[in-house]
Amino acid sequence: MSDLNKLTIAEARDQMRAGDLTSAEITEACISAVAGADALNAFSTQTFEGARAQAAAADARIAKGDAPDLCGIPLGIKDLFCTKGVASQAASNILDGFKPEYESTITAGFWDQGAVMLGKLNMDEFAMGSSNETSTYGPAVSPWRREGSETPLTPGGSSGGSASAVSADLCLAATGTDTGGSIRQPAAFTGIVGIKPTYGRCSRWGIIAFASSLDQAGPMTKTVRDSAIMLGAMCGHDPKDSTSADLAVPDFEAALTGEIKGKKIGLPKEYRLDGMPDEIEKLWAEGAEMLRDAGAEIVDVTLPHTKYALPAYYVIAPAEASSNLARYDGVRYGRRAKLEAGDGITEMYERTRAQGFGHEVQRRVMIGAYVLSAGFYDAYYRRAQRVRTLIKQDFETVFASGVDAILTPATPSAAFGIGEMADQDPVKMYLNDVFTVTVNLAGLPGISVPTGLDHQGLPLGLQLIGRPWEEADLLNSAYVLEQAAGFVSKPAKWW
Amino acid sequence: MSIDKETARRVAHLARIEVAEDQLETLAGELNGIVAFMEQLNEVDVEGVEPMTSVTPMALKRRKDEVTDGGYPEKILANAPDARDGFFAVPKVVE
Repeated sequence: MSDLNKLTIAEARDQMRAGDLTSAEITEACISAVAGADALNAFSTQTFEGARAQAAAADARIAKGDAPDLCGIPLGIKDLFCTKGVASQAASNILDGFKPEYESTITAGFWDQGAVMLGKLNMDEFAMGSSNETSTYGPAVSPWRREGSETPLTPGGSSGGSASAVSADLCLAATGTDTGGSIRQPAAFTGIVGIKPTYGRCSRWGIIAFASSLDQAGPMTKTVRDSAIMLGAMCGHDPKDSTSADLAVPDFEAALTGEIKGKKIGLPKEYRLDGMPDEIEKLWAEGAEMLRDAGAEIVDVTLPHTKYALPAYYVIAPAEASSNLARYDGVRYGRRAKLEAGDGITEMYERTRAQGFGHEVQRRVMIGAYVLSAGFYDAYYRRAQRVRTLIKQDFETVFASGVDAILTPATPSAAFGIGEMADQDPVKMYLNDVFTVTVNLAGLPGISVPTGLDHQGLPLGLQLIGRPWEEADLLNSAYVLEQAAGFVSKPAKWW
Repeated sequence: MSIDKETARRVAHLARIEVAEDQLETLAGELNGIVAFMEQLNEVDVEGVEPMTSVTPMALKRRKDEVTDGGYPEKILANAPDARDGFFAVPKVVE
């Protein structure tokens, strides 16, 4: 059987358990796919030898029976995750050469369960960006193209390499992280599924920090079922992350009953933006219709502070980033700038960070330093934290009224061309996250599901937002949407 | 509130990022654009609203105050750009 790289996690798991396939075979298919996809620039590091060894071990374990779901499944890992002995540099030049002496809690869990790592995946530098263009490795490219055009398109960001790799079937699934939309926007741009769980569901230990009160890891997969399986393998309490929740992890896959009769789905009127393309409006209305046909009740809801989410985010996230990124000082890891005779430690810090950080990261670190500086802290940072409280209260009010989930578009447009936003002011790029960022500010789970194509043949996605800790219910609603939409399009192979 | 060249210089230094003299005007312009975007927050009535410090109400777990990790200086130093005799090495700090 060929094309084993095109399998879903569920298919691969079931066929390996039945003895019809081996992890070695699937892993080799993925290795060939990765090796033939340099044009996508999705992988920043390839770990094929390690993958073959892990696959052999997985096959032995499966043969004995009782192997976990992810045993033998080839995955790609976002470069933001620290992986022992394997380059982990957050797509930043400042971490050039960094090979961690430790393994992130999430990836350690994968390897314990027998999963296979194909390599590390491209991303925006320190997860700051919406197009993968801030990466020190150069942008990852989407496998999708506009009909009749060869213009290279962005897979979105920051988890752009993950989106490109999963969408192009280079791996069965990938990890992403999401601070303002970095799982859901690239998933929507590339026709795959991505879920950001409730803040605290997954351990952040060993994931290079961007904005600690917003960052969450999650799976990026070909189907909702795969997201359910993989999320289950990522969740759980970790004593090394004091914000990880000590809550039981439900069987997410078992929750996919396809039954949502009587569920209440809210449509927030504030997400109807001026100038939003008609096809996004249409996609959204059709999605609501599908859920209604499945027996859900559709209600209008209001989230009055939505408009202030992006400005609040662009105070809070850079503030936390300026603090988190203070550790890149040229002393403990990564690269240090060459110094001139007579240069002292201040020159070392300042030059190392000027050479090591890219433009967008520098801009955000400086904005963060500014909003936290004496005299501006109350006017910007404190005020943004207050607005964040109001944004969370908006959601609490809606959920208290009996709404089970909220349906919105995932992005305000389909994927754009690489370089097309280069001359725009940075705020324009930030608008990509307009529908996703509220969810991070409120700490809620959100999932992006592909439901259609735009007039140029590019994927579009819808987002479902759930109550805190109710990922199981959310995944089930997403499953219903996925089944009803019947999205099966794949990019035509050109790479 | 607007960011002038001097403020840009101060912010760059606070962030410990070297910015060339001839780049400071451009930087000030960029930062101003972002700050103007943030100023929308001034429209919101936040009177009496608690600033959010933790998105999920949770009590931090307690544990015994004891050493649970460590004892591997070579691992700590393995990625240092300059490590000597079991220490991180930096340019002279005290004259």
